[in-house]
Amino acid sequence: MSAEPILELKDVHSGYGSIKALKGISLKAYPGEILAIIGANGAGKSTTLMTICGIVHPDQGEIFYKGKKINKIPAQKLPPMGLCQVPEGRRIFPRLTVEENLILGAFYRNDRAGIDKDMEHVYSLFPILKERSRQQGGTLSGGEQQMLALARALMTKPEVLLLDEPSLGLAPIIVQSIFDIIADINKNSDTTIILVEQNANLALQTAQRGYVLETGRITLEDDAESLLNNADIRKAYLGE
Amino acid sequence: MRQEYKKIWKNYAVGMAWLLGLLWPMLGIHPDGTLTFHRTLTVWLYIFAGSLICVLFYITKKSRILSGVTDPLVNGAGKLSDISKALPTSVWMVLLFVFLLVYPLVNGRYAIDVAISVLLYVCLGMGLNIVVGLAGMLDLGYIAFYGVGAYTYALLNVAYGLSFWLCLPLAGCFACIAGCLVGYPTLNMRGDYLAIVTMGFGEITRIVLNNWMSLTNGPNGILGIKPISILIPTFHNTMSFETFWVKKLNVLYYFVLILAVISVIAVTRLRNSRIGRAWESIREDETAAELMGVNTFRYKLLAYAVGAVFAGLAGAFFAARMRFVSPESFTFIESCMVLCMVVLGGMGSIPGIVLGVIVLIALPEVFRQFALYRMLVFGAAMIIIMLFKPDGLIPAKRLKIQAQYEKKGETDTNVS
Amino acid sequence: MDYFIQQLVNGLTLGGLYALIALGYTMVYGVIFLINFAHGEFFTAGGYIGVIALSYCIAHGYTQTHPFLCLAGAFSLAMIYSAYLAVGVEKIAYLPLRGSRLAVLLSALGMSIFLQNGMMLTQGVMDKAYPGELFEGGFSFGMVTISYLQIMIITMTVLLLFGLNRLVYKTKIGMAMRATAQDKTMSALVAIGSNNIISLTFAIGAGLAAAAGVMVGLYYGSVHYDMGFNLGMKAFCAAVLGGIGNITGAMLGGLIIGLVEVFGAGYISGQYKDVFAFIILIGVLYYRPTGIMGENIDETRV
Repeated sequence: MSAEPILELKDVHSGYGSIKALKGISLKAYPGEILAIIGANGAGKSTTLMTICGIVHPDQGEIFYKGKKINKIPAQKLPPMGLCQVPEGRRIFPRLTVEENLILGAFYRNDRAGIDKDMEHVYSLFPILKERSRQQGGTLSGGEQQMLALARALMTKPEVLLLDEPSLGLAPIIVQSIFDIIADINKNSDTTIILVEQNANLALQTAQRGYVLETGRITLEDDAESLLNNADIRKAYLGE
Repeated sequence: MRQEYKKIWKNYAVGMAWLLGLLWPMLGIHPDGTLTFHRTLTVWLYIFAGSLICVLFYITKKSRILSGVTDPLVNGAGKLSDISKALPTSVWMVLLFVFLLVYPLVNGRYAIDVAISVLLYVCLGMGLNIVVGLAGMLDLGYIAFYGVGAYTYALLNVAYGLSFWLCLPLAGCFACIAGCLVGYPTLNMRGDYLAIVTMGFGEITRIVLNNWMSLTNGPNGILGIKPISILIPTFHNTMSFETFWVKKLNVLYYFVLILAVISVIAVTRLRNSRIGRAWESIREDETAAELMGVNTFRYKLLAYAVGAVFAGLAGAFFAARMRFVSPESFTFIESCMVLCMVVLGGMGSIPGIVLGVIVLIALPEVFRQFALYRMLVFGAAMIIIMLFKPDGLIPAKRLKIQAQYEKKGETDTNVS
Repeated sequence: MDYFIQQLVNGLTLGGLYALIALGYTMVYGVIFLINFAHGEFFTAGGYIGVIALSYCIAHGYTQTHPFLCLAGAFSLAMIYSAYLAVGVEKIAYLPLRGSRLAVLLSALGMSIFLQNGMMLTQGVMDKAYPGELFEGGFSFGMVTISYLQIMIITMTVLLLFGLNRLVYKTKIGMAMRATAQDKTMSALVAIGSNNIISLTFAIGAGLAAAAGVMVGLYYGSVHYDMGFNLGMKAFCAAVLGGIGNITGAMLGGLIIGLVEVFGAGYISGQYKDVFAFIILIGVLYYRPTGIMGENIDETRV
């Protein structure tokens, strides 16, 4: 693990309107790792990701990406810099076809050859999407939609990929295959992955390191392994 | 802070450049094939100077450069509002009422005329508030009910000589029927589809009034409507009744005032009733309301009907006051005006609507001397008010009302 | 029969014009859920710029030497001007109010009044006559006459509609427009600047309306400062009839409203022609509350 973090949050306060969901978050993500952020409902996990991606701008604190401050950069300028999010609930474009969804993932890119190559690549990762490429996104099943959302994010050529609850509402068998693919993406293309999950067990098994978020604050930071073995964590998040 | 100002100035500069580009083709290219710049630049410089003052004012206010001057003023205003709060609401109500009673005695004909318009529109605004503000249904054809009320009185009076007081309930009744007729087919539509269909009904009403020559005399309108009459008992030898025609504006003013006060009270009472809560639940979430057992069909129809009754009553007064009706008074833009009054003042808030009416009626009157620029300023004012006060001038305070109620409930239990 | 065909041609011409205006309403509604009351004024502005440009050309005698160039110039100037106007209007009056549906509706109404009076002040209250000599004559088949102007209008309308369809359904920008309409946050997450897309939508809608403005000016012979209101209202009905937010629906709705109006005026009563359009609208919405091709949009409450 290199010493320079690729993404760093320093004492970030943020939230929607007058409700402050984050009350001073500091975290670091190092290149090539899988980082898990776990926490209960309303702990501020999704807000953390939305703040990193510029959908919500922090009221206080700083966000650094590759050493550059990105606090005030509008959301649509971040994917070209290599920062991409798969938000909670997939949010594919329901009335666009699968193929159009994927093309929009590469919206900012103009290298046609590269796009075609990446398209082939994601189709090889998710063969089911190729079968359904002419179908409207809204007609896919939940698992297929999650795959589409992941594939669309890959089309932006991310260096840091933020995943918000990829297991939400999916059957356990599909969840396992999604997580396998996430681990593959991380391994094969050296993409840094920040994984936000309520399913703490699965997240910590996939990740190398983890943060625990409680009511807008980081309460614990450790290796994934130690977190998995931590008695408090097991009690609070793993239902033991 | 500094960056913010930079942004304001930048936007301002871009805006003014945009305006210049917009003005020149309209003013500088002439049909005789010449190009001029002089007139464009003059107009542009006027606008530039005017808006520059506004921007400077805005920035000084924001940056508090003049805080030494403005702070005492703000404090003074704060103290005033403290004093006003110190007096109970009832005192204010009495003062307001006295003012309204005295108003026609101290003002001229023109001012009373404007005041009657304001009061009629308050009544309309109250009715529309039920449909839009409480039940959450966007209605762009509301003025049609006003027209139905006005034509009811006009036709019955001119053709059959029925008196105003007989026609007034009939006008309300016919408007109510019209409301149900419009409401019934539109009840399964939502949002903007509803808006466009009500607009369609409004236009149909106007076009029918305009073209049904044998009944309504078409665009020429109906002349010779009798004013309001009152029977006054006289005692010459035996008691008899003498008809007194209300031709004087200040007497009419009191009648319209009574109507407006009744409508304000009625809407307040309705809002805090079971029906009002049903309407508000429909506004917030129709599906949820239905699942909670609110008969949305019935309450939506009721909202239309009640709203229409207010418009119908106001319409009868309108006909009696003008003594002339024509379809020109009931165009789509009038519907928009009433909607503007409701939204501009603050949807659902009664003082807000009254203020909205005053602003929209009085503003064009104030600018009457600049006849040409009147509507231009009017449009600009609407945009600016919305930009700075998107919730309206006096937003509704439902939560506060509830809190007061709860407090009252507590004291009640303490007493018992 | 001849009469029927004649009415059909007239109806198609008018329907095409309605469709062009309706598209602006429907596209704007599709991306920001706003009934853009000022859209009729973009249409009028286009009509005025068209007559200004054509008069200028005539004064210099260009229409004699290059008639088609003049016409193309007038069309493109009008379209560019209206697009330019629309983008500015959006930035000033709508962008700061996004998220508050009634406030932005009122702002749009105010903008409509403002622009209408602005045009009255700069162009005068009188009708402005279009030079009529550009399109004289036409084909005659028995009793049916199709003027060159009608042919031009129908061809131009078809071309514009076809071009728009290509743009929206075949290009990346079109995809981005549809994506923005569906989910603005997610669009931002895939690097689509939704504000730019919304501006573009306004520009395209206003451009189409301006083209319609020039054609209406040529067709009826003059433009007037408040003509955008009446035509705009009917075009809006067309958009709703087709299912607001749906581009194909707007084209279909425009044609239906145009045909109904012309046939209603021709066979039933000329005075009530506006009523027929509204009755069709109400009738269709009664059975299909979201228009002919519309989807169920539940979030569009007041």
